[in-house]
Amino acid sequence: MNDFITNVKENNSIVIIETNGYLNNVGGEAVSTLVYEKMAQGKTKFLINMASTKIVNSIGVSILIEIIEKLQEVNGKIGYYNLAPIVAKTFNIMGLTKYSTVYETEEAAVNEL
Amino acid sequence: MKKPSVELRLPILPNMELIATQTAEVISRHMSLTDDQCAEISMALIEACINAFEHSKAENNVFINFLIEDDSLVIKVIDQGIGFDKTKVEIPKIENKIGKDERKRGWGLQLIQELMDSVEFESNDEGTTVTMKKNIKH
Repeated sequence: MNDFITNVKENNSIVIIETNGYLNNVGGEAVSTLVYEKMAQGKTKFLINMASTKIVNSIGVSILIEIIEKLQEVNGKIGYYNLAPIVAKTFNIMGLTKYSTVYETEEAAVNEL
Repeated sequence: MKKPSVELRLPILPNMELIATQTAEVISRHMSLTDDQCAEISMALIEACINAFEHSKAENNVFINFLIEDDSLVIKVIDQGIGFDKTKVEIPKIENKIGKDERKRGWGLQLIQELMDSVEFESNDEGTTVTMKKNIKH
């Protein structure tokens, strides 16, 4: 685990990743490395709790697009919750919300993913 | 009377764009911009800085000028790189990127244009100036 990923847990077979700080190339690669490790172990559903990530850049978000693409190959899914408004807007502009889902709360995410 | 301005000179080093966003936040508060406006300015600034750092192949510094107008904040991001032809920059669509070989990156200009009220690009083989404007809406 690096500084960007502060906690990883599982709930109902969903891997929940908590992040902290700037989602840039380094943060994005930390998430993708973890997701690909978990996919190799058979996990296909992932949630990212972005409550402590108030700032992103398009390089970091592009890595999430790569993750979405990999998950499609195994019928997997990824979702996000606790997004700052600008992060949600960025995801919307970049089209992530067409291929993954933003949830309000962890409970809603775990129930619906 | 000359309008107030702030000038930054950023070295091309990882995460230096965050210095620009911190400055933008202070100026936004001074101008009583909303939190959403401030966040949009910061996001656009990050993308403009990344473009200047990565794509311009500039070797020196990137300059950022914040111009505080009565009814708007104008930000100029200036590099001394190789320039680019905006007409050759395709509008990115995620549908063209997912499941295809196309690179997943290339969203910077699109984000800047969506988040700011107006954007102008001046570019030649001696550098690029991106001029972004956010109108004050209290």
